[in-house]
Amino acid sequence: MRLKCPLCGDRDRREFYYYGAEDYLHRPAEGAPLAEWDNYLHLRDNPAGVLRDLWYHEAGCSQWLLVTRNTVTHEIASVELVAERAK
Amino acid sequence: MPELIAKSALDGRSLTLAGVTLAEASAGPITSIAILQDGAKDVAKGLKPLGLAFPKPQQFTEKAGVRIVWTGRDQAFLIGVAPPELEGAAVTDQSDGWTVLAVTGVAAVDVLARLVPMDLRPAAFPVKQVLRTQVSHMNAIILRTGDYAVEIMVFRSMARTAWHEVQTAMEMVAARSGIKI
Repeated sequence: MRLKCPLCGDRDRREFYYYGAEDYLHRPAEGAPLAEWDNYLHLRDNPAGVLRDLWYHEAGCSQWLLVTRNTVTHEIASVELVAERAK
Repeated sequence: MPELIAKSALDGRSLTLAGVTLAEASAGPITSIAILQDGAKDVAKGLKPLGLAFPKPQQFTEKAGVRIVWTGRDQAFLIGVAPPELEGAAVTDQSDGWTVLAVTGVAAVDVLARLVPMDLRPAAFPVKQVLRTQVSHMNAIILRTGDYAVEIMVFRSMARTAWHEVQTAMEMVAARSGIKI
């Protein structure tokens, strides 16, 4: 598996650290109901198909990446910088 | 105040095997410039007196022995000169944090191919390009400084390990070049 880091280009999977689902980018606001926090922390989809998750380019540019990939075909649809998304 | 002498990690040593030379290079002052939000214009203005522009990803530029090297998103190292007054950036002195190893020679790429998980041949890694990747398992900044010259920046604390790794790879390449098939 190779990821195309927007800054560093095509890199081997071993340069990256896996964090988890995209859900971690959507932290509930302060005072949100418990069900929302429960969802944020524990409830994950496990799709056979398109999945978005977070990877860290620890052996390269030290950026968090949002990777859209397909768990069935192993196709990597896109790799975005989390930092650029927030702008 | 007494004059203090900066000592490099490897005493500037060098080693040549099979036409490849490994040497510790002296880089001079190294300053990290990390652009703050909306600070890009001010940084560009501050770098102008040096005749340098903030580098694009994977690029470095050099003018009159001064280098500016891309090292991350909105971050670059200014190498070889004391930093100018800069607005719009977090500026930190990194001079004693890094060791620079220069690997030169036609087979330099063959040596590094044993250590670096990237294609460093000239077609894929032309002059003036810089990579942040690994040498063995050490994070490194690798610069293509010439057709047969590569510089590797590693954390100073890993200088001797990096030297050992490159030296071992050089010995293997040298041994292999002696084998007639």
